Amino acid sequence: MKPPPLRLHIPEARFRPGDTSDFSYLELPEAGEASRPPINAKASTTRELAFGLVRVLDDKGAACGEWNPQLSPDLMRRGLRAMALTRSFDERMFKMQRQGKTSFYLKCTGEEAVAVAAALALNKGDMCFPTYRQQGLLIARDWPILDMMCQIYANTHDRLKGRQLAVLYSVRQAGFFTLAGNLATQCPQAVGWAMASAYKQGRDIAATWIGEGASAEGDFHHALTFAAVYHAPVVLNLVNNQWAISSAQGVAGGEEATFASRAIGFGLPGIRVDGNDFLAVYAVTRWAAERARANHGPTLIELFTYRVAPHSTSDDPSRYRPGDESVHWPLGDPIDRLKRHLISLGEWNETRHAELLAELDEQVRVANALAQSYGTHSDGPHHDPATIFEDVYKDMPWHLREQQAELRRLNALTGKAD
Amino acid sequence: MTQMTMVQAINSALDVMLERDPDVLVLGEDVGFFGGVFRCTDGLQQRHGDRRVFDTPIAEAGIVGVAIGMGAYGLRPVVECQFADYIYPAFDQIVSAAAKLRYRSAGEFWAPLTIRAPYGGGIFGGQTHSQSPEGLFTHVCGIKTVIPATPYDAKGLLISAIEDDDPVLFFEPKRLYSGPFDGHPERPAQAWAGHPAAEVPIGYYTIPLGQAAIVRAGSALTVLTYGTMVHVAMTAAAETGIDAEIIDLRCLLQLDIDSIVASVSKTGRCVIVHEATRTGGFGAELSALVQERCFYHLEAPILRVTGWDTPYPHSFEWDYFPGPRRVGEAMQQTLAV
Repeated sequence: MKPPPLRLHIPEARFRPGDTSDFSYLELPEAGEASRPPINAKASTTRELAFGLVRVLDDKGAACGEWNPQLSPDLMRRGLRAMALTRSFDERMFKMQRQGKTSFYLKCTGEEAVAVAAALALNKGDMCFPTYRQQGLLIARDWPILDMMCQIYANTHDRLKGRQLAVLYSVRQAGFFTLAGNLATQCPQAVGWAMASAYKQGRDIAATWIGEGASAEGDFHHALTFAAVYHAPVVLNLVNNQWAISSAQGVAGGEEATFASRAIGFGLPGIRVDGNDFLAVYAVTRWAAERARANHGPTLIELFTYRVAPHSTSDDPSRYRPGDESVHWPLGDPIDRLKRHLISLGEWNETRHAELLAELDEQVRVANALAQSYGTHSDGPHHDPATIFEDVYKDMPWHLREQQAELRRLNALTGKAD
Repeated sequence: MTQMTMVQAINSALDVMLERDPDVLVLGEDVGFFGGVFRCTDGLQQRHGDRRVFDTPIAEAGIVGVAIGMGAYGLRPVVECQFADYIYPAFDQIVSAAAKLRYRSAGEFWAPLTIRAPYGGGIFGGQTHSQSPEGLFTHVCGIKTVIPATPYDAKGLLISAIEDDDPVLFFEPKRLYSGPFDGHPERPAQAWAGHPAAEVPIGYYTIPLGQAAIVRAGSALTVLTYGTMVHVAMTAAAETGIDAEIIDLRCLLQLDIDSIVASVSKTGRCVIVHEATRTGGFGAELSALVQERCFYHLEAPILRVTGWDTPYPHSFEWDYFPGPRRVGEAMQQTLAV
């Protein structure tokens, strides 16, 4: 019998507009099921973790199993506050973009635990090489939201002087590496930073984040290679939020293997964790950070979550996925889950929660008003346009000095700026 | 002072900087135990240890990406890209990251890395071991591009590049590694021994980036060139008897515009010579700058002598290479106007 002809496989999203999303196909282990190896475990003994899912918080809000990080109520409340502030900040900035006050914004709704729990599990001096969806790192590290807003508005107080697309922050002081619009470039850089820290016999490690979509870039694989080869003290986080703009995770290579399992061929531990479970993300990050700090090398963490938000303000997800898909996501909402856990411990209640949200909204409102008083993207004022020639090089070469003088002359003619 | 080949001068520059600055690291394919395929890192791992001079996986984007992270931390990594032809996988890291860290972070982050890469033809390397990609990088703002033509310059410029706080691409004309090249492949290969520019101090010295060298003073016309073609232009001047002023640019970016303008204003004639392909090459930029600044001094059209606009053809290397005859003809042509 003649074999059938070849057939090209094109991965397709399971659900598109008009469908009802049903995530019952996902194999979700129970909270507390995964075992926690010692931080010096050989990578080859940790393989199960690359295919399972580390969960600590169960559906009733109880913390279970070996991965329970046993956090103090104060630390959990701090995490709750940072996640809620991140969400409140996102909502207002998104609105400001819709009002035309900034050109662009990008929310992390539903993914707040990914950055906030990691920030609290890492040390202050650890350098983060994130993507644009980890604004929660800055917020959890208590970086002023006013400063972030000024960057978004590219106003006179924008430390990046209006040069970077809104949300592409850089905060060296908060251990937050200058964000790249070119996806995945930060991954090998984080490995290099970590190698440098090891070379200098420092104590600080590096951490990096990438989306599952961009993990198809060569840079991500280079990062794994170099991290593995040199045992770099780095935590490699892969945020699998199911969607890369309109492409489902299958297009990035997630149909036949988990993203965490990419680690196995490199000889690294790969851990898949419920990204909407604050305690699980904290515990796994802590494990990887302690492992790196103790010279046991890097870890790949897949944060399994769902991108509730559009990709950005330039995106309309209703054109490529069911509008209510996020409602069906079986792993819930990170803020809600941590809140319920705290309530179950008697360390929180609905009244305090409502008060917190109101307080944070007010904090965001006040900061936003102040930021706007320094200028907005649409209406200015901005930095002096002649500053665009600064920082291309450490010292301005002659050709940039000439061009700067020319721009100054032109703007003087139109009375645009000093 | 001692006699050095360009390979030895580069090795000496790395040795001096490894000795001088504990934050200098050397990394790249085969640079460690083996000492590099061109021997530029020979003995460095033995002298400075494997944490400071080490081999990397064969992944240029990874090597440069890692070096950027090291640079951002505060080290001064020196990357060897085994051939300039292999630099393309690292293009995104160089263009999007290394070149722009300082700008996009408004001075918070920068990466003082040096990327060394042997470039150019003349050794029968075929398409993938002969290219001159400098023009791809001079189009990128935020990086500097340096190309030495002698052992003395190679060492002084490389030390300056390593000490520079901006990322530097350091293209080494591999045809000049062991001796100057007059552009006549049929003649016996020359050695650096006895060449005045092969007298190199053993210790530390620098040649500032951004200063051209007038390697032959003259009044009939100006030749703007760099790398291997400096020596070919010298041959062409000698063979034609034309009193050319030959300028070795040494740094394409930043460019020594004052030396260029002074010379062309004096001679009124300009021939630009590079081995790289013509269209969109750095010669086009030089030509534009000269006509913008020296138009009323010019007596003749500016001419370019370059590699043809083809890939580097292996067995036709000497048809491709812009040798002394083509350079000499261009000199005569510009004088005939």
